[in-house]
Amino acid sequence: MPGLMARLSLIFKAKFSKALDRAENPNETLDYSYEEQLRQLQNVKRGIADVTTAKKRLELQYTSMQQQVDKLDGQARDSLKANREDLAREALSRKAAVQGQLDGIMQQGQQLEAQQQKLIEGERTLQAKVEAFRTQKEVIKAQYSAAEAQVRIGEAATGIGEQMADVGLAVQRAKDKTEQLQARANAIDELTASGALTDLTSSGDDIDRQLAQISQGGQVDDELAKMKAELGAGDAPKAIEGEEAK
Amino acid sequence: MIVRLLGEGQFRVDDSLIGRLNELDAEVERAVAAGDERALWSGLQALADAVREHGVKLADDDLSPSDAVIPPEDLSLEEAQELLQNEGFIPDVPSVS
Repeated sequence: MPGLMARLSLIFKAKFSKALDRAENPNETLDYSYEEQLRQLQNVKRGIADVTTAKKRLELQYTSMQQQVDKLDGQARDSLKANREDLAREALSRKAAVQGQLDGIMQQGQQLEAQQQKLIEGERTLQAKVEAFRTQKEVIKAQYSAAEAQVRIGEAATGIGEQMADVGLAVQRAKDKTEQLQARANAIDELTASGALTDLTSSGDDIDRQLAQISQGGQVDDELAKMKAELGAGDAPKAIEGEEAK
Repeated sequence: MIVRLLGEGQFRVDDSLIGRLNELDAEVERAVAAGDERALWSGLQALADAVREHGVKLADDDLSPSDAVIPPEDLSLEEAQELLQNEGFIPDVPSVS
């Protein structure tokens, strides 16, 4: 069995020699082939636009995950201030879980970014080749005999077809990658939303609610203290005055 | 000889490089057979580097077909196996007629 490079070359050759065999009336073939190239070029552009849209959606999701991380960090601090180390620990372990997933996704997102750049370059090359084909087909029509034209068409069409297949494959791979990342990001969103991460990390009670209870408890304590002070302010001076009066 | 690096473009390389490319290609094939993704990636990268180092990039409007096609450097083991087993890996291209 040949290696990957050899195998790929064979696949490409097989695909394009089939295309070559079917070229019968050179002039018609040239025009049809050009129209077909324009149509495919539009498909490629649409594919790239899809990838770009999906990537933007992913970026929004990173942002919301980052916010989740920041929130957990804030919760950990609040918990510590309230002398609840257990809650702080819970918040930090959740934070670590989300952060770990987020790092993985960000890393793959960078690879996607690089792929997207290559896609744009590939599309530009394809556009240049299609444009070159448009010029060349007129030259072929004007200057070559049917037999010669056939050979020229075959070569030019193979060159274009290769580029088309190359960009087409790149679009497909970028789409697959985006979908994988989307699925991962969605899974994390669901986990954090349902609180399943809580179960993964430690006990059940929601940090938010407990912190709210603490802070409500704190408010009650504060008010109690204030009231006591007010009431005490009424009593104590009297007592002092009373003592002084004696 | 014209070599296409998939996802990157076409390069013109001297025919004297064919032997080296075939050696590296055989390494890549062994990596796939052994299920070793790391070796697959380093093999593909060596192939691409050899072409980039010794080749000259073809102009965008050049319509020459390639004599050899090299897969992308981040090809997964799964994709490599698919590629070796069937032709479905390469999307269909518009036919001439």
